Amino acid sequence: MADEHAQATAVRTAAHAIADRLAAEKDHLTDLDSAIGDADHGANMDRGFTAVCDRLADLESDDPAELVKTVGVALISEVGGASGPLYGGSIMKASQELEGGVTAETTVAFAETYLETLQARGKANLGDKTMVDAVTPAVHTYKKSVETDELSPLEALAKAVDAANRGLEFTTPLRAKKGRASYLGWRSVGHQDPGATSTLYILEELLAVAQDELGEMGDIERDATADVDPSDVQVREESETEAKDAVDTAATEDTDTEVQD
Amino acid sequence: MKKLINEPSSVVDEMLDGMVAAHPELARLEGTEVLVRADGPVEGKVGIVSGGGSGHEPTHGGFIGDGMLDGAAAGEVFTSPTADQLSEMIQACDAGEGVLCVVKNYEGDVMNFETAIEMAEMESDTTVEYVITNDDVAVEDSLYTSGRRGVAGTVFVHKVAGAMAHQGGDLEEVKRVAQKANEHAGTMGMALTSCVTPEKGEPTFDLSEDEIELGIGIHGEPGTQRTDVMGADEIADHLTEAVLDDLDLEDSTEIVTMVNGMGGTPLMELYVVNRRVTSHLEAAGFDIWDAWVGDYMTSLDMMGCSITVMAVDDELKELLAYPVETPGLTVTGNQSGGA
Repeated sequence: MADEHAQATAVRTAAHAIADRLAAEKDHLTDLDSAIGDADHGANMDRGFTAVCDRLADLESDDPAELVKTVGVALISEVGGASGPLYGGSIMKASQELEGGVTAETTVAFAETYLETLQARGKANLGDKTMVDAVTPAVHTYKKSVETDELSPLEALAKAVDAANRGLEFTTPLRAKKGRASYLGWRSVGHQDPGATSTLYILEELLAVAQDELGEMGDIERDATADVDPSDVQVREESETEAKDAVDTAATEDTDTEVQD
Repeated sequence: MKKLINEPSSVVDEMLDGMVAAHPELARLEGTEVLVRADGPVEGKVGIVSGGGSGHEPTHGGFIGDGMLDGAAAGEVFTSPTADQLSEMIQACDAGEGVLCVVKNYEGDVMNFETAIEMAEMESDTTVEYVITNDDVAVEDSLYTSGRRGVAGTVFVHKVAGAMAHQGGDLEEVKRVAQKANEHAGTMGMALTSCVTPEKGEPTFDLSEDEIELGIGIHGEPGTQRTDVMGADEIADHLTEAVLDDLDLEDSTEIVTMVNGMGGTPLMELYVVNRRVTSHLEAAGFDIWDAWVGDYMTSLDMMGCSITVMAVDDELKELLAYPVETPGLTVTGNQSGGA
């Protein structure tokens, strides 16, 4: 396994990079949220990641799982509203997947648990115009890139960020079905989802830090003992296709119905 | 708007300090907005906890005591407590027999409690169950919920679960009776005036002098219907009918009723309403076993009331009559939880 200290440093650096990015995008996120929510997403995420950096500074640990868990707990206690339990709770739960160390396989497990927890907590499906719309394609792409295409985690993460970006773009024409924006009904159409937007910013910063800190093909290694079941991969590919179809369909349906209105 | 408030941002903190000063049997978990029993956790007993936004007093902290809640978390006004504080509360109220969380059905409350339960289970070997209350018959989906809202009927759930836990019921039994109470209860509310939140300092919605709002929630969210003002009897009939339509009870069912004040209603008016609710239900052929009247689940200073009807069997009657002494509710052994 790669040097734990290097991984811990990467987690800390990533937290700071995300905090800086969210501080810079605070007003933009608030504007997006003003249009379809309650105008506090920018301030909440900024406050949350400031607290993340403070808590990480107080924590003397080189254990990546513990550091990531601390990120989750800080967001739970500082962000509030729905984004606190959604972001923080999902990160906290998924951090358990890293307890055996950070490898290509455990990062895939982290991503999958993050998505599962997010969906269980928010009861949102793909196409509901929530952060799930950015996270789902990112997680499926990351998993497929690592397991089927045998790309390095760094290359896989780059593809996942692209996928999240496409997912985010899909949210604009959608009608919100979950969260505060759903109360606007059709009036939510035409606005980009704030939660999916902050999700993309976080993923972009993770990628940038991973590229800087972990280098080409990286310090994240494959766990040679973990066998990938080819049939499992097949199933996942199908579900990824279904996921994309679902977003397409949702987008089409909503646009059509809007015209009928 | 004139208020007995220093700073809007400190109102919850100062209220909790004031509650502890008045009721030394309550204690505040350090660094949190959580109240617990000063003598807790109680050995050999399932812990019962609740929580939610502030502004509903005496819910939730006012129902902490022997035979009812072991802990209650206070969020900001009308805002869910955060999951880390809920998790601390759960762990502080676990004496080894597990903890039941009673959660009103609001998206923020449910998400934060679910996250808190995961946190508590990661950080300790606590066993946690939860029950979501949704007794409001006014709406299916609302501004803050998918599904029905949890409102005044939640107090019956607290009472029943607390009594079962006090008698030594295990976590499964306690959860069962809590769910049973919730399933048998229906509530419908109305407002004469809007509430005023400390941060905003002015009414959340506008109601003119000759209008009332029916089907309101407990956070100043809109009701289902705005009508011309009616007399007390007419309002009581309307609310009672709405609850009966939903519960669909058989004739001569035994019931317990609650006429709950929304915070700004004189007790005199609540009794006027209760008079009509009682005669209405008796005329409809129901057997009123007990009638609660008072402020149990308020919405800050809103004027108005809600009416709750719960069908009771021998088990629920015994649990409701079980003695309890809390700041917000005292039952001495016979019936009557009324104020």
